[in-house]
Amino acid sequence: MNPDQMSVDAVIDAVSAVFMVVGALMSLGAAIGLLRFPDLMSRMHAATKPQVLGLFLLLCAVGLQLRTWWVWPVLVVAWIFQLLTVPVSAHMVGRAGYRTKHLHPELLSADELEAVVQQAAGEHGFTDDK
Amino acid sequence: MMPLVLTITAVVLSLAAGGAIIRIARGPSLLDRVLASDVLLAILGAALCIDMAVNRHLNNLMLLVSISIIGFVGSVTVARFVADRRKQPDES
Repeated sequence: MNPDQMSVDAVIDAVSAVFMVVGALMSLGAAIGLLRFPDLMSRMHAATKPQVLGLFLLLCAVGLQLRTWWVWPVLVVAWIFQLLTVPVSAHMVGRAGYRTKHLHPELLSADELEAVVQQAAGEHGFTDDK
Repeated sequence: MMPLVLTITAVVLSLAAGGAIIRIARGPSLLDRVLASDVLLAILGAALCIDMAVNRHLNNLMLLVSISIIGFVGSVTVARFVADRRKQPDES
């Protein structure tokens, strides 16, 4: 093995090591956010980090370590699948959290759903303020 | 270099999993617990990815995808369940 290829190998190893450590730190950031943030909405903000960016960095590390081209489509499919499912579940959880009043209204800077909810409650003849 | 990376990521992911488990145990509402268990699944997926990267194999990829399916189905189901249970007194 010539020295040039060895240095390329070392660079790829270093990049994937950095990706792995940063991806693990995303999980730690999410855990700290879960413990420190005051309500459900801000915790959801913290929880997205390892699910999207952390998984991206770690799948990139896997692809760099395997050093073949055919794994990249598989890893991209895994990541896109995560990208498709995470917003849907976050939307459902956020909607349920809004409906069951798991939020601190004084922490919101804008509440665009309030008027819609009030209008829908008026049309259906019941109020949702229990 | 790889053993050092493995040690660092193991410590970091263990701390993260501990934080998520504390939030599952303490979380004031059901939705907080669902969110924290989603994060715990993401941490598990991160551990599987790091295992694949360090040992240079792809055996865990299907497990990774199925873990994300389980997290998706679980959180959507629980979110619907919570919304339905709180809405019922209004509709009756």
